Amino acid sequence: MALTKESIKKTLETLKGDIPDVIISDLEKELLNIKVSKKELDKIIDEIKRRYEYCIVEPGEAVGVVAAQSMGEPSTQMTMRTFHYAGVAELNVTLGLPRIIEIVDARKIPSTPTMTIYLVEEYAKDREKAKEVAKIIETVTTGDVIKKTEIDRIESKITLILDKDEMSRRGITTERVVEKLGSLKVEITWDEDRVHLNPKTEAPSLKEMRRLSNKAKEIYLRGIKGVKRVVMRKEGDEYIIYTEGSSLKDVLKIPGVDITKTKTNDILEIEKVLGIEAARNAIINETLDTLDEQGLRVDVRHLMLIADMMTVDGTVKAIGRHGVSREKASVLARAAFEITVDHLLKAGLKGEIEELSGIVENVIVGRPVRLGTGMVDITMKRNGYK
Amino acid sequence: MARIDITKHELVPKHEVLSEEEANKILEKLNITKGQLPKILITDPVVKKLKTDVGAVIKISRTSRTAGTSTFYRVVVAE
Repeated sequence: MALTKESIKKTLETLKGDIPDVIISDLEKELLNIKVSKKELDKIIDEIKRRYEYCIVEPGEAVGVVAAQSMGEPSTQMTMRTFHYAGVAELNVTLGLPRIIEIVDARKIPSTPTMTIYLVEEYAKDREKAKEVAKIIETVTTGDVIKKTEIDRIESKITLILDKDEMSRRGITTERVVEKLGSLKVEITWDEDRVHLNPKTEAPSLKEMRRLSNKAKEIYLRGIKGVKRVVMRKEGDEYIIYTEGSSLKDVLKIPGVDITKTKTNDILEIEKVLGIEAARNAIINETLDTLDEQGLRVDVRHLMLIADMMTVDGTVKAIGRHGVSREKASVLARAAFEITVDHLLKAGLKGEIEELSGIVENVIVGRPVRLGTGMVDITMKRNGYK
Repeated sequence: MARIDITKHELVPKHEVLSEEEANKILEKLNITKGQLPKILITDPVVKKLKTDVGAVIKISRTSRTAGTSTFYRVVVAE
């Protein structure tokens, strides 16, 4: 007798926790199309359980070493230096091996921080609205709107000639420029597109004048600090904003920005703004994307293990002597990695105890390694055989 | 300016605070002590939102590329 759909669903429901959700949902999809009896269903489930358990990593498997090799081997095949971003030719983004190293080292600031800013529905479809958002984000300094500077030695004043077109494009008024120039603490007069700066000191030297004119070009007018350049691109039917420089926290506050998708390639920034779990996801996504971009396929499970290892402590730490390796329990394992003498010396001073429970230390000492079949010990049940 | 809700971000999985009872059940099932669990800082932006104390166990329901969903536990620690 064939089972009803409800009872199949009910039986499958009990599997949750033993078998991953994807397998259960796949199974459900298939089972609902065919007629099965209770006996057959049990048989199918048993077989699936058996096969699934067969696929699980065995106890004692050196998953870390396998992960390291799985990522290490393809990275030897990587183009050593690639600097262009797939799709956005205008932006330089570190990719390839340097990028992988950057992620794994948990660098404070990546060499080319970028954000990918998605917009909410009504902004994403409308070019003008998307442009408005981009305008808010991009940093504008006085240097961007000054066409020319003239230094008048006789009257000892500096004239800044403003670029009217550039100013209207970026939505900046002469008043705004003058107001911001106030921080220079000089006398300012202006007419139309010319701003005159009069240093208060008497007869300033040429060097001083030059310094002042350079300073006048670096004054921040508007935008989000840290974002140097903005590139807008149409992907599918929505506009996406790419930036050079990153400041996720500020960008998420801008109206029109899709706070569910907008991201940065600065992992430590993600950790700070979105938390450790988000950082873990970012590590996985970034490494996978970098490898994918080079046409290399690494199983995500390895990357997941690496990301988990980097984030167990609640903070992102590097793989290497400053991060993961430093926190190994065994003195010999740490000494075997890098800066040998330091570790041995410090361990000696502190009177550390070597438990010989790991792999490296046992190799050094020449004992069987506690891995694979070496994991198993035989002990006698003292009272078992009376 | 309105505070943004970071839990809506696609990179942030669902975090839930477990009650003492639930936490003990999990620890018993896994046969470990609290100290052996992976950690999450009390200053973590998501933990701050949950308003919990040091020592609480947080259940994280991750979306996994391989398993669909997977459950992970972290214990809240001071910095």
